[in-house]
Amino acid sequence: MSDKPKLAMYWASGCGGCEISVLNIGEHILTVDEIFDIAFFPCIADFKVEDVLGYPDGYIDLCLFNGAIRNSENEEMAILLRKKSKVMVAFGSCAYEGCIPALSNLTSKTATLDTVYLNNPSIDNPDGILPQTSYQVPEGELDIPFFYNTVKSLDQVVDVDYYIPGCPPEPHQIWAVLQVVVGGLLEGAPLPPAGSIVGAGDVAVCEECHLEINEKTIARFYRPYEINPDPSLCLLEQGIICMGPATRSGCGALCPQVGMGCRGCYGPMPGVEDQGAKMLTAIASVLEVGGPGDDEHDLDRMVEEAVDTIVDPAGTFYRFSMAHSLLRRTKTNGASKEAVL
Amino acid sequence: MTDKNGYEPVIVGFLCNWCSYRAADLAGTARLHYAPNMRPIRVMCSGRIDPTFVLKALREGADGVMIAGCHPGECHYAEGNIKALRRFILLRRTLKQLGVEEERVQLVWASASEGVILAAAVDRMTEQLRELGPLHWQETVIGANGHGEAVSAIAKTELADPVLEVAL
Repeated sequence: MSDKPKLAMYWASGCGGCEISVLNIGEHILTVDEIFDIAFFPCIADFKVEDVLGYPDGYIDLCLFNGAIRNSENEEMAILLRKKSKVMVAFGSCAYEGCIPALSNLTSKTATLDTVYLNNPSIDNPDGILPQTSYQVPEGELDIPFFYNTVKSLDQVVDVDYYIPGCPPEPHQIWAVLQVVVGGLLEGAPLPPAGSIVGAGDVAVCEECHLEINEKTIARFYRPYEINPDPSLCLLEQGIICMGPATRSGCGALCPQVGMGCRGCYGPMPGVEDQGAKMLTAIASVLEVGGPGDDEHDLDRMVEEAVDTIVDPAGTFYRFSMAHSLLRRTKTNGASKEAVL
Repeated sequence: MTDKNGYEPVIVGFLCNWCSYRAADLAGTARLHYAPNMRPIRVMCSGRIDPTFVLKALREGADGVMIAGCHPGECHYAEGNIKALRRFILLRRTLKQLGVEEERVQLVWASASEGVILAAAVDRMTEQLRELGPLHWQETVIGANGHGEAVSAIAKTELADPVLEVAL
């Protein structure tokens, strides 16, 4: 190979959207090809793990790691790529904070396997066969990865140099980050301090959103199918849950501006540890139910009824940040150590 | 008070400056006997209590969290306590999904003259938490959860180095 900087991109527990987002930087992808040698990128080129094992330590200059850590293979690849890479980037929401895969932290491994392999109307598994991590076949022993109880973010497994949020990260942000890294690699330009969140803004999504805010409060929430939002007004003020106030900018407020409340994929704002808790606070401010004049018991009932219109609070407020939240996962009562594994 | 397993519940109490902290003060000056399990933290208003505080307390080792403020209609800042109530009810639902028992996070209204009510609430909550047992979120819920234990031989032999050891 030439002496061009080496680029790797790997998917762990993710959907592949991050790779598509990288390819979506348009004609800049040609520049990427010009500047970098691809060292490992299973989505677009044929590489094997053995190739990576053969590289000396620190051989890869930039590794874009996307996907959460869901099983032992994900963890193994994270450790391997960390060892072989100079700059390790948690690319996209899964690697940064768990994202959709980490919603399964609201249940347990046992329950997940039960739904997937045993108790589900579309399943025919009379012998109750579950996947085994090793299996003897005539050709030898087969190993499959071990499925963890808890989904983790990349930085809970290895050291991470930079984070690029988003589900997926926006192409213009990816290109901006690549330019900074290329500047650093080729011209020695200063890189952002380690641990930085790059390719995103440092204000709330609301700051980028053009919908009109009237500081209106509401009495209940609506699910998307229950309401036809006014396309020019703030969605939260119309009773649609929009994570904008608790979410980092950088996407250009794409979702709210087409009538869909912000999902929160760019993660918490700078300095905030728990995105869900902040959203919960914002909701309490916009929800004007009950007042100082009401009886204490009536108050409880009124607020309970209003909160009933939020169907899945944990899944809504932590849709992308479960693995990185303060509590990280649900407590499963009385689970033995085996059950937890 | 410690039971035979050495478990003594720890309650982190967030008390509002104008009512509940004074209620606790009154309970003290009136020499009321009540469980010594609450660690009071004074905040200016129950409306100042960010749910982050509660989650952090639970993660960092508290067995329960008590939020105490002025009765509705008596808030020094007009309706800070109503905001606290809305947050609390939403937080309680969220915590339920996270497997946290309802008794572990409680909201109490206690005015400056209600030392007795605050003391009784602390007694009651302490007993409820004693029933439930310790929470120990960091150790028992987050823990290692199987991570690292099952990483295959490749990682364990080929990659045996400090990075790996930290990760495992």
